[in-house]
Amino acid sequence: MTAAVIVFPGSNCNRDVAVSLEAALGHKPLMVWHGDSALPDVDLIVLPGGFSYGDYLRSGAMAANSPVMREVISRAGNGTPVLGICNGFQVLTECGLLPGVLMRNASLKFICRDVDLRVERADTVFTSQYTKHQVIRIPVAHHDGNYFTDPDTHKALEDNGQVAFRYCAADGSLTEEANPNGSLANIAGILNEAGNVLGMMPHPERIADPLLGGLDGAPMFSALAEAIAA
Amino acid sequence: MKARIHITLKNGVLDPQGKTIHQSLEGLGFDGVNDVRQGKFIEIELADGDAAAAKAKVSEMCEQLLANTVIENYAVEIDD
Repeated sequence: MTAAVIVFPGSNCNRDVAVSLEAALGHKPLMVWHGDSALPDVDLIVLPGGFSYGDYLRSGAMAANSPVMREVISRAGNGTPVLGICNGFQVLTECGLLPGVLMRNASLKFICRDVDLRVERADTVFTSQYTKHQVIRIPVAHHDGNYFTDPDTHKALEDNGQVAFRYCAADGSLTEEANPNGSLANIAGILNEAGNVLGMMPHPERIADPLLGGLDGAPMFSALAEAIAA
Repeated sequence: MKARIHITLKNGVLDPQGKTIHQSLEGLGFDGVNDVRQGKFIEIELADGDAAAAKAKVSEMCEQLLANTVIENYAVEIDD
């Protein structure tokens, strides 16, 4: 039950997510450099937040084409859980593991604050320790988090239950005011069809220790630890 | 040989940057501006060769990296 955190030049949440994983797993995850085309045999792959390649061209576009990603795509196809947080979500859409795109925030501003999220799926390896429609409070910190896709793809996402989290008000209602970045249908995180790839803009690793002011992110890491230990 | 690539947002994709530029232009007193869309312009120097083959190659570059075809269109011009 080992996890790997992929590190790109410009990643900056790799250390925090490694700490969260270590707390849940009981041992340190492997840190794998983007230029490595060999990825050790692991049970979980995490693409951390940050600004890989300085967000050149488009957020995540360069990282999506780095050598290690070919191996990540192949492992995801074989069912290995892959979690992409923030820039990791952008990399997952750019490399085609998840549909759609994260565009510039509708406000054009970088947004860094806590937001309320409604858990839409509590039956995945990532979310099994939450309950369906539970409201959790997790920080976001991004400039390009405005989820968009074409109407057909959006319909397929909804029909297949691939939306994992939505931005919501404190009571769980899906309002425009609660949507920080203009995302389509308040989408904050989506799964692939098989359910083993999750991309999300909010940062669970930033709220997974009492010292950080809350624990709402911790159940994601303990759920993953439990899933890969089984 | 030079390739010039225009990358633009597809119709129907919201362009908050273009919208803000539009508002700023109006703020500066430029009237008669109906719409603003912002895109990217990329120039690539290529080894001399067949222009049609170069266009096909650059189009493949757009598909694989330069454009995100979920939201963007691209147009390639080759200067011999």
